[in-house]
This record gives sequence, C-alpha cells and structure tokens, in this order.
Amino acid sequence: MNKLFLKGVKHGLPIGLGYLSVSFAFGTQCTSGGLSVLQALLISMTNLTSAGQLAGLQVMLAGSSLIEMALTQFIINLRYALMGLSLGQKLGPTMNTPRRMFFSFANTDEIFAVASAQPEKLHHHYLYGLMLMPYIGWSLGTLLGAAAGAILPAFVSNALGIAIYGMFLAIILPPARKEKPVRAVVLIAIAISLLFSYAPMLKGVSGGFVVIICAVVAATLGAILFPIQDEGRNAA
Amino acid sequence: MSWPTYLLYLAVMAGVTYLIRMLPLTVFRKEIKSVFIRSFLHYVPYAVLAAMTIPGILTSTGDIRTAIAGLVVAVAMAWRGMSLLSVAIGACLAVAAAQGVLLLF
Repeated sequence: MNKLFLKGVKHGLPIGLGYLSVSFAFGTQCTSGGLSVLQALLISMTNLTSAGQLAGLQVMLAGSSLIEMALTQFIINLRYALMGLSLGQKLGPTMNTPRRMFFSFANTDEIFAVASAQPEKLHHHYLYGLMLMPYIGWSLGTLLGAAAGAILPAFVSNALGIAIYGMFLAIILPPARKEKPVRAVVLIAIAISLLFSYAPMLKGVSGGFVVIICAVVAATLGAILFPIQDEGRNAA
Repeated sequence: MSWPTYLLYLAVMAGVTYLIRMLPLTVFRKEIKSVFIRSFLHYVPYAVLAAMTIPGILTSTGDIRTAIAGLVVAVAMAWRGMSLLSVAIGACLAVAAAQGVLLLF
C-alpha cells in the first residue's frame, strides 16, 4: 500500500471518529423528522457537511422552496469557497483537474484544516487517504443514528457532542501558541463570533453567515497586521 | 417524505454544496502572488475553526456546565500539542465525568 495514502488515512482517522458522533446526531434528527433511513444516509453520502446538512434538513422538513434550499446552502457553505482558494495554493503538481474535481467533494472544515497544516505540497495519494475515513465515519454515523438513534442514552450522546470541537481546538491551538499572528486572528474571530451570538441586534444572523463574517474580518486584519512575506514560510 | 420531492431537494442541496467546493479548487490554478491575499488565505482556516468552536462548543453537550468542563480539558490538552484524537476523547471523557459529578447533587 502506498505510503502517502496510508499517512493520509492515519491523519483522517481522528476526523472520521469525530464525524461518527456528529453524524449520528444528524441521523437521529432525520428519522425523527420523517425521513427514511436510506434518505438520511443519502444526504450524508452526497453532501458531507455538518452545518449545511442540518440547515438543508430543516428546509426539507418545512417544505420550503428549492430556491430557499439553494440560497441556504450557498450562504452556509460559502466558507468552502474560501477554503478551496486557500488549499488550491498548497496542491502539488500531481493534482490535475479530474483529481481536483474528485477531492474537492471532500474538502470539509476538518479535512481542509489537516491538509493545510501539512508542511509540504499535497500529493493526490495523501489527499485520497485523508478523505477516506471521514467519508466512512460520516456515512456510517448517519446510518447508525437514523437506524438506532433512540437507543443511545442521552448520557453518551451528550458526551459525544463535544468531540468535534475538541478536534477543532487541537488544530488551532498549537499554532496559536507558537505564532502571535495566528493567536491574534483566532482571538479576533472568537470576539466577533461572541458578538454575533450575544449582542441583541446581531443574534438573528444565521450561523453559516456568522462564520463567513468572522473569517473575512479576522483574516483581513491578520493579513494587514501580519503579512506573510516569505513564500516558503506559508506552510508553518 | 415522498421520494420525488426528496430527490429534488437532495439534488439542489448536494449540487450547490459541491459547486461551491469544486469551482475555486479546480478553476483557479494560478499561484497567487499578492502578499495580502496569500496572508489572508493562510489565516482563513484558523478564523473559521475558532468562530465555529466559540461559542458553539458551549451548547454541544446539552448543559453548559459539562461543556465548560470539556472545553477546559480540551484547551489544556490541545495547548500541549496532543493529537486530534486524544483531545477529542479527552473532551468527551471530561463531559462524561462532569455529568457523573452533577448526578451526585
């Protein structure tokens, strides 16, 4: 088996395990809302995104229009366009157009974060390995949740709910500790995010949109205050 | 839900999500020269994940007290550079422990 592929699988394993618990919760919501087990599974297998699927499920169950579905998905998932642009700069020469089209399906927040944190240009074998376990975890979790959601005690599902956030923290904190610019960007993003969650005027803005605003403002301030001059250093 | 209705929703949902992911990665191939844009893109992932974590983590367990226990443990472990899986499991165990402690009262 290819070494780069195996390295990717290893890096993807914690993401897959994290997804298992998050998608389990999604699966339960699908069937309790009136979807069949297969319908729940197909959403996860064709979308592979947490916030977008949750919002999409609500649009479906409310019987809203297809336009509203498209708009909701567009706004909530717009951050992936930023991530795609960012990751596009890190892809190695083996990433031709069909491979880019294939991998981009799996460019989730977590896969993107892990791939971005690699010091070298990315090879398609590594990326294929990286997307494998998250895809299995996300699909399998949805299937199990849809089929057996009611069986799991709240004690367990509550504890699992935090898994994905633990993973996020493990991705952002080590570089935030080492590099002052990253620390500043993280703190700015948190401050804006808190503002939108608790300030009376801003509370109504949808979650996906808040993430975009935070990302654009914090990353812009970071780029103005701490521009990265040396091209080779970009991977740090 | 009836399959024809469901499939229409699914097609729109998956189609929009895929295009947003695929187009920037596939169409835009040039190496970006602008220092500002390069720096901006470098900082995007950290900003996105930070904004998704705070305050989302506080409502992830159904009880803000157990969530804070998980947050504290996760931050302590992540700060020391422990692996993604260790931090995720540590946070879950901290929430489970906090739920156990709350049961005593």
